[in-house]
Amino acid sequence: MKRFMLAAAAAALLGFSPSAFATTIFVSNEKDNTVTVIDADTLKVVATVPTHRRPRGIIKNPKNDELYVAAGDGDTIDVIDMKSLKITHELNSGPDPELMATSADGKIIYIANEDDSMATIMDVATGDVLAQVPVGVEPEGVGVSPDDKYTVITSESTSMAHVIDNDTNELIANVLVDTRPREAKFTADGKEVWVSSEVGGSISVIDTSDWTVKDTIRFEVEGVRPELLQPVGMDFIDGGKKLFVLLGPANRVAVIDTKTYEVEDYILVGQRPWHGELSPDGKLYYVANGLTNDLTVIDVESLKPIKSVPVGRLPWGVAVWEGKPDPDALKRNPPKQ
Amino acid sequence: MLSSCNRYKNSIAKLLAGLAIVAFSAGFYGTQPSFGQESDAAAASSDKAAEPNQDASKDAPKKAAAKKPKTVFKVVYLGKKYPEPPPLTIAEDIVTDKGIQGARVGIDDNNRTGQFTGQEFELVEAIIPADGDIVAKAKEVLKDGDALIVADLEPKDLLAVADLPQAQGSVILNIRDSDDKLRQKQCRYNVFHIIPSWAMRADAVAQYLIVKKWPRWFLIKGKAPSDEAFAKATERSAKRFGGKIVEDRVYKFETGSRRLDSGHQQVQSQMALATQGAPEHDIIWVADTQDGFGEYLMYRSYTPRPVVGTQGMRPVAWDDSYTEYGGMAFQRALRDKAHRKAVERDYTAWLAIRAIGEATVRSGKTAVKDLRDYMLSDKYKVAGFKGEAMNFRSWNHQLRQPVLLAGQRTIVSVSPQEGFLHPKYLTDTLGFDERESLCEFKQK
Repeated sequence: MKRFMLAAAAAALLGFSPSAFATTIFVSNEKDNTVTVIDADTLKVVATVPTHRRPRGIIKNPKNDELYVAAGDGDTIDVIDMKSLKITHELNSGPDPELMATSADGKIIYIANEDDSMATIMDVATGDVLAQVPVGVEPEGVGVSPDDKYTVITSESTSMAHVIDNDTNELIANVLVDTRPREAKFTADGKEVWVSSEVGGSISVIDTSDWTVKDTIRFEVEGVRPELLQPVGMDFIDGGKKLFVLLGPANRVAVIDTKTYEVEDYILVGQRPWHGELSPDGKLYYVANGLTNDLTVIDVESLKPIKSVPVGRLPWGVAVWEGKPDPDALKRNPPKQ
Repeated sequence: MLSSCNRYKNSIAKLLAGLAIVAFSAGFYGTQPSFGQESDAAAASSDKAAEPNQDASKDAPKKAAAKKPKTVFKVVYLGKKYPEPPPLTIAEDIVTDKGIQGARVGIDDNNRTGQFTGQEFELVEAIIPADGDIVAKAKEVLKDGDALIVADLEPKDLLAVADLPQAQGSVILNIRDSDDKLRQKQCRYNVFHIIPSWAMRADAVAQYLIVKKWPRWFLIKGKAPSDEAFAKATERSAKRFGGKIVEDRVYKFETGSRRLDSGHQQVQSQMALATQGAPEHDIIWVADTQDGFGEYLMYRSYTPRPVVGTQGMRPVAWDDSYTEYGGMAFQRALRDKAHRKAVERDYTAWLAIRAIGEATVRSGKTAVKDLRDYMLSDKYKVAGFKGEAMNFRSWNHQLRQPVLLAGQRTIVSVSPQEGFLHPKYLTDTLGFDERESLCEFKQK
């Protein structure tokens, strides 16, 4: 998702106005075995694409033409062509893939196999498994450093962030963080990797020069039980100045200043937000609410929720694409009511 | 540049870790430097037949923690093969290895973490026959000093072990018994309760019934002491949450064999008879811990009412239909290991071992007494697929936890229910809160 930041920054530099392009939002629905396709301009659901069972992690490739959807119970990753909305092929991910990330050039994909205590490293073009790295129990989050040198995989039961050297595909560090780490995100300069711990209720900021935890950020909301403040999804916004953290059962998105590590604000969204994604122009943030089956649109400047769009059941992840599926593709995949 | 710097730091860290462990040698645990593959994490598991990708996971310690001396933690599974009634329905298999299989999965999980933290967990399976001498076995287990004990024991045996002078510094984790007395007047400082008490279970159901506005309960109980214990807990819950027990009835019929030729006709008329003539009620609350008749109440009662309690909608720590918060991982691991469904005691045994694992990793301590102090500190928390951190109540060492309400094939709900508030932990609305506690620890 940091790739969006880069893309948005590049677009801004080149003088493109991102709003000149049509934008499409994709939401994976864990319970429905579908991906909901939303036209970002009208915020209308325009298509529903069937996937393999239990789609969760959903990312767009750097080349901007394909979606990767991790179907955990299907033991596969569906590759969906965003124009045709067809599953063109599958990546044989190994058992129970949950989240994944690609190298900057999109050639390599790093996959967390939740039930298998493994990270699978795969050549995207050939589907060849380059390596399987044993990590802790219940691997979940995957983050690749901006320079492609390191991949961080979190393991939920072991409560560690495992650092893989991408040259050798070997573990070089295992950093103990708070209980049940979910996501790992590198800062744009690669100097820090931020890890959210769901049950521990904190964010660990890991210094990548020595792979130690340099700060731990906690949350506090009046009237909300501390045990419900469970950070899961994270995205850097506002050119990396801030971080959005999705707090699950607290039904809120926290806003953190990435310089001071202070929590500045909490934005009320739907129930159990786990993952979100920034719009290509960086002005809007889309949050999937697992229990209310909808998507909240947050205005990044005012930090206010501005709209809610109904999607499928148990929406999990979000990907955003600067483009539009073919009209034929929409006809073939009418929205499921 | 970066990576060479890391390697340097790593080797320093390894050196320091090595020194620390060599310096510590007088305690209970043996330490063994593991330079080879023989003592790697996978080998510590007593049953690795079902371990996926065996070769790959054996590689892990070599790569990640090669040449790192390991701290070895022994965990004793102390159990007795008590006779247990078979399930009333033939659809449920008779399980004779409840608990121990979960413990084995827990050891595997701890060791998978241990490969990165330089720890190795070893499971000592000390399970004696029904007529065995548990005190003698416990003495044998405790001969080297304080121990980490997962207790699959009934109250009398549990207390006999806990009260041994040589057990006073130990950690004894109760994974089997829900008896409220063990949390109240019969509490012990060295005993930690992983399994929910009857009071917690009854409160979990009661909250749900109050939310549903089904406050009139017809209680039917069997004759076993544990049936009476659950019935007592039900009375307490009714008072606490505003339910009303319209009648408290003992089930009088003899319970019989699980396989009966033309049995259903008799059962059909018997159950109508057994539930006839009760005042108006919203649900039937059954206390049948021995699985003698409760299963039969459903669809056969005199008035058409749902059944809750030991059968019907059951308050449990685990159910084989539960998958939330990563719970599928345990369901699968247990199936792989034991080739059967996970039962509640498998989960409590697994959680007991994870509870020890968390204490060792987070505290960095090795002595049992230090681990016990850490488990009772504010810092301690353990995750168990319930969507929140769990820790122990200081006043009776009961693990705080949400309680599942399991229907016959799906999870109906999870208590505490929304709207039941508590100033500290919502889960403290289940079971004995501090102000109701009758537990007075003799030893601190």
